[in-house]
Amino acid sequence: MPTVLSCQSLEKRYGATVALGGVDLDVQRGELLGLLGPNGAGKSTLTKIACGLVRASGGRAEVEGAPAGSAPARAAIGYLAELFRFPDWLTADELILLHQELADSSGGAAERAELLELVGLTDASAVKVGAMSKGMQQRLGIAQALVGSPRLLMLDEPTSALDPVGRRVVRDLLRELRRREVAVVLSSHLLSEVELVCDRVAILVGGRIVARGTPAELARPRGVEVETGGGMRSFPEARRQDVPRIVAELVSSGEQVYGVSLLASTLEDAYLEAVGAA
Amino acid sequence: MSGALIVARYALREAVRRRVILVVLVLTVGFLALYGLGAAVTFNEVNDLAADDQLDDRVLAGSTLFGLAMFTILFLGAVLGVFLTLGAIRGDAERGLLQPIVVRPVGRTSLLLGRYVGAALVCAVYVAAVYAAAMVITGVTGDWWPDDPLGPGAGLVLAVLVIAALSLLGSVFLSSTANGIAVFMIFGAGLAAGLLGQIGDALAVPTLEDVAKVSSWVLPFEALYQAGLHALTKETGGVTGVIVRLGPFGGAQEGGPGLWLWALVYLSLVGAAARAAFARRDL
Repeated sequence: MPTVLSCQSLEKRYGATVALGGVDLDVQRGELLGLLGPNGAGKSTLTKIACGLVRASGGRAEVEGAPAGSAPARAAIGYLAELFRFPDWLTADELILLHQELADSSGGAAERAELLELVGLTDASAVKVGAMSKGMQQRLGIAQALVGSPRLLMLDEPTSALDPVGRRVVRDLLRELRRREVAVVLSSHLLSEVELVCDRVAILVGGRIVARGTPAELARPRGVEVETGGGMRSFPEARRQDVPRIVAELVSSGEQVYGVSLLASTLEDAYLEAVGAA
Repeated sequence: MSGALIVARYALREAVRRRVILVVLVLTVGFLALYGLGAAVTFNEVNDLAADDQLDDRVLAGSTLFGLAMFTILFLGAVLGVFLTLGAIRGDAERGLLQPIVVRPVGRTSLLLGRYVGAALVCAVYVAAVYAAAMVITGVTGDWWPDDPLGPGAGLVLAVLVIAALSLLGSVFLSSTANGIAVFMIFGAGLAAGLLGQIGDALAVPTLEDVAKVSSWVLPFEALYQAGLHALTKETGGVTGVIVRLGPFGGAQEGGPGLWLWALVYLSLVGAAARAAFARRDL
């Protein structure tokens, strides 16, 4: 798969404060990367450098081979900021139209209708932004980011204001984007959301990536639990390959075995472990 | 459509949709109505008092009234120009309005240019229209017309465009409130320097005249306004001409082509500074 976003030794300093301390990161076409980290970890800075909103102090960031911030790089990107606002005097349709013009998109009315449908705002096309709830504005923001069929979508906390139904809409949308081979960088505090949709996860702490991998790779085994006639028995150090031996020993000692569970940490456990260790 | 034009059209629509233009038009109609009433009353009084063959009271009253109208138009145009641009960059960035647009391929230079063109169009049309209306009111009520009817109006337009450009430059560095305060203080400083120049001219104090000259180069909107005042009565001679120059237009200096050229160069320099600063600004 071709690399859509490539960051090499990426640095950003604000005076003495290091926001990014040498980040290496690649995102492939059609890949959904979750960017996790506590507040101030550098997630938004990384996203903004990729979008050309912030200049890197060192290292390199490229979008489809073009330097981040250049016109070709910006043409390939769709972006939704964590703290965004749209002109409250524009309707949803007018806002998408404005971004079509800015992105030089030839999609016309069909693209506007499709994008609003994708985010469940078909009935709100004539509603002014100022009359929309925060959740509706966030969905409109995602539609805006998709104008011009970007190859890389940078979403900074895109579901923070959404209710469960809205989050489901966004999850389905992200899966659809993966099917269309759009690369997505999803910066979020909602670990469960990230775990559900992301192919890979990178955990940033203090401007450095302290852990990365698939959600399954980041999850650690936490032992084996066996349901016996005498109650639940835990074997915290045991692994999958130990299960036949454990069951055999329990049966030979006269225990009735009703079920066996392999325990693994969640992404949240992995995240807390990574953040705590950093 | 080029990026700058898209942004300019967006800025114009914003001015219309936010009812900025409607509010300005309503208040301007009020100003012109009051001006018309004042001009009519003044010219009536002047006609009743007319006694001196040497002094043309109609010219004195007309040029004085229209000079004051020009000051008001400059002020109203400056208010409009500043309010249309004061939050264009940092203010919009702080509110999260700017980032979705900057990420688009349109580019920062086009964005800046578009914001300026949008504001400049509104201000230019506004100032030219109010100037023309005030001139017609003065002419109809008192039968007095400026010696140069076009030059002062064009100068006012350019002066307001300079103020709008300064406001846009300030918006790259300052938040909306700070920028608004800064630009109006600069505006006030320019006018104060012009007044000092008038006092210096009347009292023959070279230092004050030098202050006015330097400020005219640093803040050319004041010089354009003064040049406009001068052009109103540039062909008026005799006792009337002497009294007009001793009175409200004392110290008003002729600008000449050099002033216009400098104002255009100044605009380019301010634009280049804004472009360079915006290109380096983290959002």
